[in-house]
Amino acid sequence: MSIPSTILQRTLVAIPTLLIISMLGFTLMRFQFSIGPVLLPIGPNAQWVTVIEKQTFKNPIDPLASLKYNPQISKAALEAEEKRLGLDQPLWIQYTRWLSHLLQFQDGFFKPDLGKTHEGEDVAWILATRAGNSLMLNVLSMMLTWLIALPLGIFAALRWRSHLDRALTAFSAIGMAMPSFVMALLLAVFAVKTGWFPLGGLRSEGYAQFPWWQQLLDVLWHLALPTFILTVLSIASLQRQMRGNLLDVLQAEYVRAARARGLPENVVIYKHAVRTAINPLVTLLGFELAGLLSGSVLVEIVLGYPGLGVLIYSAVQKADTNLVMASLLMSSVMLVFGNLMADILLTLVDPRIELEN
Amino acid sequence: MTIKAILMQLLKDRAAVIASVILVLLYGAIALADFISPYSEQWSERAIANAPPTGIYMIDANTQQLTWPYVFRYTRAFNPESFSYEFQPDLTQTYPIKFLVHGETYHFWGLIPSDIHLFGVDAPGKIGLLGFDMNGRDNFSRLLFGGQVSMTIGFLGLFIAIPIGLLYGGISGYIGGLIDGLMMRFAEIMMSIPQFYLLISLAAILPADIPSSIRFSLVVVILAFIGWAGLSRVIRGMVLSIKSQEFIEAERALGLDSFRIITRHLLPQTASYVIIAVTLGVPGYILAESGLSFLGLGIQQPDASWGNMLKEAQDITNIISRPWMLTPGLLIFLAVLSFNVIGDALRDILDPKSAHRQAS
Repeated sequence: MSIPSTILQRTLVAIPTLLIISMLGFTLMRFQFSIGPVLLPIGPNAQWVTVIEKQTFKNPIDPLASLKYNPQISKAALEAEEKRLGLDQPLWIQYTRWLSHLLQFQDGFFKPDLGKTHEGEDVAWILATRAGNSLMLNVLSMMLTWLIALPLGIFAALRWRSHLDRALTAFSAIGMAMPSFVMALLLAVFAVKTGWFPLGGLRSEGYAQFPWWQQLLDVLWHLALPTFILTVLSIASLQRQMRGNLLDVLQAEYVRAARARGLPENVVIYKHAVRTAINPLVTLLGFELAGLLSGSVLVEIVLGYPGLGVLIYSAVQKADTNLVMASLLMSSVMLVFGNLMADILLTLVDPRIELEN
Repeated sequence: MTIKAILMQLLKDRAAVIASVILVLLYGAIALADFISPYSEQWSERAIANAPPTGIYMIDANTQQLTWPYVFRYTRAFNPESFSYEFQPDLTQTYPIKFLVHGETYHFWGLIPSDIHLFGVDAPGKIGLLGFDMNGRDNFSRLLFGGQVSMTIGFLGLFIAIPIGLLYGGISGYIGGLIDGLMMRFAEIMMSIPQFYLLISLAAILPADIPSSIRFSLVVVILAFIGWAGLSRVIRGMVLSIKSQEFIEAERALGLDSFRIITRHLLPQTASYVIIAVTLGVPGYILAESGLSFLGLGIQQPDASWGNMLKEAQDITNIISRPWMLTPGLLIFLAVLSFNVIGDALRDILDPKSAHRQAS
């Protein structure tokens, strides 16, 4: 299948996928269920007796919780707020209303409206600022990871079972077993004890007065800790995969043939073997693209990094439906898009692979 | 390959042996938690909240001779300068450590009533190998009880996810055609849901007032709900290649019904993959549970799990003044590491293709 038709086909598949995900998310945020009443014919006259009373399980996520516990807010105001948010309508009406806002056209242009948060801020605006921070952190650590992990993996494979290989094996075993938030906690202690790195936020005081180069350094300084954690942890597994792939390829017939033909070892390894060994990792790149926004949630929360993680975590707890739905959709789109990109890239780098029908 | 042959090969791998010993010790400790822990999961004494680990002394203060190990009792005093509570050992009275002492009553494995604990000290002395938490509960005891949750959640989750994944992938691959296409599309949709967001949204809608055992099982179900799709895709791929082999053709020609062929003849062929998937899958569940509980969405107080014990360490000042609060993190690390090492070793044995690379 050619690339354009794959893109078309995947986009068509993505539409129902995203619809189902949005419905699932919406239902989760809002649903309540009730059981009963259960009636059973009991007794000599087979009388219908209520065995289980009707019970309604309220969704513990209550968008109005903070208002309800505030004694200064009157009941009428509460109802008005409920009406304004559309919470008094049945679930499917709430959903279609949300969807129609998302897919609206204005003056012939597609102008999605993601709605407002409970605090009245524009969801699109708040997501854009926070997503930018998360994106910056994740792109930086992804680039560092690939730049460091690939050479390390190649190195380890070429020196298979050397001391260095064993040391790298131990490193990746440790890195893969380390929960990201535990490492974040340890480094946070380190930062506080030494005072070398700032904790929380992305800017120092007086940032606005700094010259541009100092502003850049300041942001990088704040990025250092979270980037370090994410990079080290992902190097652990990527390095390992690169090593495994290259070891596989080095055993292949054509590598032996290339050597037999008398090609210099460097050409055999770097031109033939390494290129083939990288191919499967392209699929990983797709997943990483998807994780660009959500991969760092725990680290962000522990280190107080102003990214999407903290925002979404609190949005889920407050049942800020518009915000949660928008972020859920955004990361789903990233995932679908990432997988598509991975498949296309794979056909470009490896002509043997054809796009699946 | 017989189980014995697999075990023999596993024993040759030094790292795998060490990992197995660690896992046996961990599982042994949590299985005997009632007996080993000096206090119960919920026991607490407010007066010793946040107390450091009890120091164990072996030199007698008066005679300067080696004696039976003993501890001092901590007394709490308010330090007006640092504005915090500080603990000082009360040197007037020693409390020797005793083994097999009578303490709180418990039902061993919920069945056998007993009050014998492996070690302890006479009241009012207290022994806390890892100090006491902010509610004055014994960290060491809670670590053992919390392990019961953290270390079993993976197996329970896989117990749900693997049969679903096996059957789903088996049916999809065996039937093929349009149904296969539809089933795989659905699995892909499941995989397109951003996992962590789904996890926290699912966990957030669990009602707060449900009993802890139900909450525990719901967390397991949520984790399994996410895990089955990836597995089913791999199984489908394997079934596709096995299906065209002659013995399956023969069975079909003999008129065996499809369900029987799938469950009795196709799926057993994937056994070695499933074994590897289990050992390499458990760590994922351990990490997911700890992450969820760390955020306060998984196992809730007053029940213990390694994740929610770490929640108390979320505050940086707490870790600096009480670094022993991080022990659950160390245990998570050890458990995950051991499972990974054993899983890698098993894969090398069961999957000859990867044997030369030790593991990947």
